[in-house]
Amino acid sequence: MSIGDQLHETRQSFSRRGFLNTLLGSSIAGLLGAVVYPLARFIVPPQQPEAATSQVVAARVGDLLPNSGKIFLFGKDPALLVLTNAGEYRAFSATCTHLDCTVQYRDDLKHIWCACHNGHYDLNGNNIAGPPPRPLALYDVAVRDDHIIVTRT
Amino acid sequence: MNANVSKQGVWNWLDERLGLHVVSDLLAHKRVPVHRHTVWYYLGGMTLFCFLIQVGTGILLLLYYRPTAEAAFESVEFIMTEVPFGWLVRSIHSWAANLMIFFAFVHLFSVFLLRAYRRPRELTWISGALLLFLSLAFGFSGYLLPWNQLAYFATKVGTDILGEIPLVGDWLLQIARGGDDVTGATLTRFFGVHVAVLPMMATFFLIVHLVLVQKHGMSVPISQKRKDCPQMPFVPSFALRDLVGWTLALGLLVTLASVFPWELGVKADPLAPAPAGIRPEWFFMFMFQTLKYIPGKVFFIDGELLGILIFAVGGAAMVLVPFLDRKARHEQRNLLFTVIGWGVIVYIVAFTILGYLS
Amino acid sequence: MNIMQGFGSRVYFIALIGVMVVLWGRTVTAQTGNSCVDCHAGLTIERLRTPAASFTEDIHYQKEFSCQDCHGGDPSTGHDAERAHDRAKGFRGAPRPSEIPALCAGCHSDVELMKRFNPKLRVDQMLEYRSSHHGKALAEGDDHVATCTSCHGIHGIRPIGDSRSPVYRTNVSTTCGECHGNDAHMRPYGIPTDQAQQYRSSVHGVKLLDEGDLAAPTCNNCHGNHGATPPGLSSISQVCGECHANNRDFFNASPHKAAFAELGLADCIICHGHHDIQFSTDAMLGVGEDALCITCHAEGDNGYIAAATMASALDTLKLTLAEAHTKIQRAQRGGVKVAGGRFDLHDADAALIKARTAVHHFNVEKFRAIIDEGLASARIVIDQGDRALNDLRMRRVGLAFTIPLILLVAVLLTLKIRQIERSRIHR
Repeated sequence: MSIGDQLHETRQSFSRRGFLNTLLGSSIAGLLGAVVYPLARFIVPPQQPEAATSQVVAARVGDLLPNSGKIFLFGKDPALLVLTNAGEYRAFSATCTHLDCTVQYRDDLKHIWCACHNGHYDLNGNNIAGPPPRPLALYDVAVRDDHIIVTRT
Repeated sequence: MNANVSKQGVWNWLDERLGLHVVSDLLAHKRVPVHRHTVWYYLGGMTLFCFLIQVGTGILLLLYYRPTAEAAFESVEFIMTEVPFGWLVRSIHSWAANLMIFFAFVHLFSVFLLRAYRRPRELTWISGALLLFLSLAFGFSGYLLPWNQLAYFATKVGTDILGEIPLVGDWLLQIARGGDDVTGATLTRFFGVHVAVLPMMATFFLIVHLVLVQKHGMSVPISQKRKDCPQMPFVPSFALRDLVGWTLALGLLVTLASVFPWELGVKADPLAPAPAGIRPEWFFMFMFQTLKYIPGKVFFIDGELLGILIFAVGGAAMVLVPFLDRKARHEQRNLLFTVIGWGVIVYIVAFTILGYLS
Repeated sequence: MNIMQGFGSRVYFIALIGVMVVLWGRTVTAQTGNSCVDCHAGLTIERLRTPAASFTEDIHYQKEFSCQDCHGGDPSTGHDAERAHDRAKGFRGAPRPSEIPALCAGCHSDVELMKRFNPKLRVDQMLEYRSSHHGKALAEGDDHVATCTSCHGIHGIRPIGDSRSPVYRTNVSTTCGECHGNDAHMRPYGIPTDQAQQYRSSVHGVKLLDEGDLAAPTCNNCHGNHGATPPGLSSISQVCGECHANNRDFFNASPHKAAFAELGLADCIICHGHHDIQFSTDAMLGVGEDALCITCHAEGDNGYIAAATMASALDTLKLTLAEAHTKIQRAQRGGVKVAGGRFDLHDADAALIKARTAVHHFNVEKFRAIIDEGLASARIVIDQGDRALNDLRMRRVGLAFTIPLILLVAVLLTLKIRQIERSRIHR
């Protein structure tokens, strides 16, 4: 090969090398980005910062009127928060012990009732009438600042 | 002060203070022999790559994982379902764990068959053998952490076997379980071992292993020693090829994690009967299957105990291979050891498959 | 030793033996201090011995009553049977069946007496008994009907809460079945004898006897205890409605109430049976083979159309629910959580349960309302499931983007290697 040809080839190879370098560099950068992006998203905590297994904020003070109840989610299980006439908060599992329907608070009966088969529970969760064979599980309620925190064991 | 803020300037500043030129010289002069078996040289790096992935994903998982019996399962479920890309990090961690152990085994067997444990690389071999045991310990301890049914009962069975060891068995069982049974105490203990004790030991032995590899360079198999093999510079030839391997391994991991996400199962319930189909992870399967074939009593020794003894002796022999292979010291090939090596490979593969078939 | 001493010692010896025999005789019989029980326990005739044996288990014995409180006589006469069984002392022997209710009521209807022992026990059993079929037949001289002792036992009576009592909840059907299941016994009355057997395999029987659910009814829940009578035509739905309140209320407000009354049909029983009540199935509703509606409704009439409409609405709900369940399962298997999914699915499943009760409205609009509620919940769940499955798909998309990128990098690196090494060779 003549010097001129060699030079030409070298120049070409330089530009080819430059092209390859650019391509390689940008694809590696892209790959790094594709790796860093999920990791960055991972590190930022999600909306619900922890699995609500044993404790959950059920409501805020003022959400409930006396002699009323509210259904809230405990993890994936329904739970019932009741504010009695006397001003006391009570919380129960809202899954009826008969056939798993979701119970509700009846302000006329002033206790808990299941619409499916007319099961009745008192404000201690005890099954007092109808088909339910067992009481509702009772949860602990604490009021901190204006949050109503329900804990289950 | 006129600071020269160019790449060279930065390098010089760091080098003056940290002595970086030692490393850069080593890398610049490091050479790798090129011959028929060069491909096996990449396996150590692959194992290292998987280990680094484990450290990275492990640290990320630590941001959300809870090591108590009440919350462990839920926290892993949380990672899988609520945390953005949590499913990816967790599945990669599980897959890379298995991949790392797989590569570790292949690396071990290739080094064995290529007799790379010959003098002066005996300590490299020993540190490597210990690293293999550590990675098995990583696998065993990590398996329990999601606290699901399969893991709970697999751990029960595994630690039961520990208890069979004569004299120290009961004591070892108590220490492993943190009590008589597998409980939340076991989980906390396994967690501490998995994220602190084992990483510390692994880092130590890894540093020893890597420093020794740099010191002694790549071993050339006896068969290749006759010819004068060409050498490739570590940087950039070997390193870039390593990088290609690592990139493809990353691709494999991401694919496995997406297409075959790691299962979570159901939360451990100590009171429920053991689920059907409990088995140890694949890397313990061959031992588990072997134990099944040993009769209940051999002469006067309890069958399981005999099995454990055999494996203990086998493990010790594996660590001491450089001292057992006399011929290797004289740079001679040893047909016996080749046969033993292949025999062990076939045995492990066959019994692992058998374990899954039954 | 002289002869006087020898003689004295022999007398002494005989007296000693005699005292020992008497004392020994005393210890052989029970030390109840009650000579009735003591004496009868040692008799060889079984009919006379078993009462004494079982009486110690009796609640009356534990409350310190004894044989003479029912049978009269004098227990303090030791082993003198004639004086113990003295008619002058009130002894009456074993009472006849017709005498038993009055005998028991002598104490059990005495309010002041019962208050001393157990204030919460009722005292109107005699009143109820007189109103019952058993009581009326007895008053007309039929000795074969049940009296107090037929059900409660005779000498080993236990409280009704004691699981060994023949009238404990789970034993009631067996006890009633002793007579009512006996063909020979019931022939004169012309009453069928398969009730206990039917009950045993009914849903109530299975719940009570197999599953131990003490809330399930047994004979006395519907027929009464002491006032045992089959419920009259007009009271059947009231009786069933004691537990099945919603069904009763809906039924009473439905067009079937008036229609059944007019036709003289027994409310709940016509469709559900009585002793042999089985688990209701969805097949009972509609116009299909096993449906009950077509028993009365002919093809094309209003009822027929309503039945068909309701059956198909129920089917729609079930299908939609099944779809929702499948979606959730698929999403979960892929590892994606469905936000609130299981909770809303809960509500949708509850709607299905409510719908089956709502059938008793026998009114298409009201039924549809419940069905629509369920469909709405189910559709929310299906939506959530779709979104979750979409998430799963996005992962595949992410993979489809990442893998080519990785392969590209690998290829470019290889080219770079080749380039570097070629240039080295040139140099």
